[in-house]
Amino acid sequence: MSQLPLEGIRVLDHGVIWAGPWVGKLLADFGAEVIKVESIQNYDASRGPIAGISGLGIYPDMDPGERPYNRRGPFQYWNQNKCGITIDLSRPRGLQIYHRLVQISDVVTVNFPTDVIEKLKLDYDSLKEVKPDIIVLSMPAYGAIGPEKNYRAFGMSQEQMSGIAMILGYSAESGPMKSGMDYGDPTAAASAAGMIIAALHYRKKTGKGQWIDVSQSEATTMLIGEAMMDFTMNRRTWERMGNRHPSMAPHGCYRCRGGDEPPDDRWVAIAVSSDKEWRAFAKAIGSPKWTADEKFSTLLGRLENQDELDRLIEEWTIQHEDHEVMTLLQKAGVPAGAVLNGKAIVENPHLEKRDFFQTGSHPQVGTMRHPGPIVKMTKTPITIKRLAPALGEHNEYVLGKLLGMSGKEIEELERERIIGDTPLPGADKMS
Amino acid sequence: MAEQALSDVKVLDLSWHIAGPYCTKLLAGLGAEVVKIERPGQGDPARSIGPFFNDEPHPEKSGLFHHLNTGKKSITLNLKSSTGKNIFLQLVQEADILVENFSPGVMAGFGLTYEVLEELNPKLVMTSISNFGSSGPYRDYKMTEIVAQALGGLMYITGDLDRVPLKPVGSQAQYQAGLNSFVGTMAAFYGANGTGIGQYVESSIMETMNSILEYSLLEYLYQGRIEVRKGNKGAAHPWGMYFCKDGYIGIAVVGKLWDRLVEWIDTPEIRSESIDSIVKRVFNRDEVDAALYPFFMDHTREEIYHQGQERKIPISLVRSPEDLVNAPQYRARGFWVDIDHPETGTLTYPGAPAIMSETPWQTIRPPLLGEHNEEIYCNRLGYTKEDLVKLKEMSII
Repeated sequence: MSQLPLEGIRVLDHGVIWAGPWVGKLLADFGAEVIKVESIQNYDASRGPIAGISGLGIYPDMDPGERPYNRRGPFQYWNQNKCGITIDLSRPRGLQIYHRLVQISDVVTVNFPTDVIEKLKLDYDSLKEVKPDIIVLSMPAYGAIGPEKNYRAFGMSQEQMSGIAMILGYSAESGPMKSGMDYGDPTAAASAAGMIIAALHYRKKTGKGQWIDVSQSEATTMLIGEAMMDFTMNRRTWERMGNRHPSMAPHGCYRCRGGDEPPDDRWVAIAVSSDKEWRAFAKAIGSPKWTADEKFSTLLGRLENQDELDRLIEEWTIQHEDHEVMTLLQKAGVPAGAVLNGKAIVENPHLEKRDFFQTGSHPQVGTMRHPGPIVKMTKTPITIKRLAPALGEHNEYVLGKLLGMSGKEIEELERERIIGDTPLPGADKMS
Repeated sequence: MAEQALSDVKVLDLSWHIAGPYCTKLLAGLGAEVVKIERPGQGDPARSIGPFFNDEPHPEKSGLFHHLNTGKKSITLNLKSSTGKNIFLQLVQEADILVENFSPGVMAGFGLTYEVLEELNPKLVMTSISNFGSSGPYRDYKMTEIVAQALGGLMYITGDLDRVPLKPVGSQAQYQAGLNSFVGTMAAFYGANGTGIGQYVESSIMETMNSILEYSLLEYLYQGRIEVRKGNKGAAHPWGMYFCKDGYIGIAVVGKLWDRLVEWIDTPEIRSESIDSIVKRVFNRDEVDAALYPFFMDHTREEIYHQGQERKIPISLVRSPEDLVNAPQYRARGFWVDIDHPETGTLTYPGAPAIMSETPWQTIRPPLLGEHNEEIYCNRLGYTKEDLVKLKEMSII
């Protein structure tokens, strides 16, 4: 069985930045034909600026090349396995052609702000007129339904609005923190992708399409449901507690020896979840005298004396390398993990053994390695068939082959700048 | 009840704790019949993890369990007994999807590998979620959430550079594995439904986190750079969280948004030449902040949020659970759902991750331990009530 599970499904992907494109990336990895729809007037901002600056942004070997917008790393990863076309939806001729495309598609995904969705006539009601059984995903910041449907957000805003930021931080006093990435984006995107497939199943049964409206903030709140339940049940609001845990000690992140980039920035996470693990931990680190101290022998004692405990543990970890500590403790049955940076993950022996990273190529990018898919499928392995589409790369395939337009017609559209492969000035400014 | 997207789908759920249950919770919300198989006696260990209703530890009062198990049916079954295993195999024959998150090797120990189950039911999609996957040198390593975040890569980049890396809140790595397994399971099911051929889907909690990192891996893979912690700072400024009259707000200003901000705040300080370009603002962050603070301290969170949004500036609120329960947008969308439960009475639960127009999501209360034994064993499989008593005496259910 070589056919990927979503082969035969066609998706028109209007995603911008990360959340929207990530929906299409997941569907494309699973075999859907995902056509990324942009325009030479306005392209997905994750392509980066039209004129790239060496050293700024993420380009192969730091080289933006002649067409940087076809080379930027995050754009490549978030849009792998897709086709790409350009079409100016703001002009009647463009919209007309687009509608023909909708008629031969199954799903349309959009994460513009709601007023932009409506202006471009990419809302469900408009698209349903064009194709009655279409499945439409709208994923503006806080959903396209409700009093704040036109509100704007960045990825970071979602952590704040969802309730995550309030409980993330070093301590109650030191204020809320953001995570190291735009956490709401892949969270909302995965929720959306799964629901799109569910809607496809429903359409197969009944012939009916539908509208899926995702609030990125709500999709993220789902992932701290127990904190929400603690409030609705007990009126309790969780405190920011750094790396500590209410019922495990020691539980934290400890400095290790070495590291050159950045200097001395190696760490190990250790979590001792039972007295048995505590005894195993003490033995594994050579039973220094302090580990025999009565006050550390019980969970309550360890919780009460955590500052001292953490200090003593770090006096030991700092003498060892992160992987050394992890291996030593794991051998003893104690949960521990080196705090891996990007390089350490790319070079990680476990991931290498499992063939996690995958390779893909594109003439304008070269051959690159990307992180592997979100799951492994045994009968239909997920691979990178192609890296992300260059701007307008598949205009001819989509307009010519799928819509049956003549070469002459396509040329005319190019002349009128309804389609094209070269961005016009300002195409890189987010609308 | 309206037909739901997955009303015709049968799921067997051997999962426990967080990752697997979040995956099957999503399937249940979309209408699938999820039969959760729990160990006789204790059940899912999440039943003994807090927060508890009124802080009373009780297997039917865990908020964690409640949230993760809405809409499921619970039966108890001892898979270690041969009778229990035979009953399970009967259930497998009718299932579309099986989800489990035991340690690698446990299912094989029961004699329940995918190869065995596939023989009985070729269309079965089996999803296994484990800490590190079913192979590789870390396979049998122990994991807790902080270990998952360490090896997952998000922890290294979270927090301030001159301080210790910070673990993201709660159990995010486990939730992400469940969420992404839901997508993989749905895809495999959709394919199996067309071809009649199921497959085995494998999820690793560590790899899920590696896969969803935003820039760290790409920085290194593309140009050999290591992404480091940046605290609350962004590449542009202002970018981050600010204290105002009654709490924190979030602000992110790039490009033309700055002009809108200047027009709104309209003070000589904000119009200062020393912060009138993106580059100047990044170099003079303190001056930008000094120009913003008097305005922020003069206004409440709600004022800043709505006034900013009216000007299309993406201001956000740093919200507490209480803020969220009262949030007009969440309420208008019906996010919060009140559900009655025999042991806790009516409680407010988070509802749907999205609104579906034709096949609305449903949030149905979580099951009591073994609540559906009679329904599944007697009505479905044809055992008599006497049989149930015997099975109970033999500690099989």
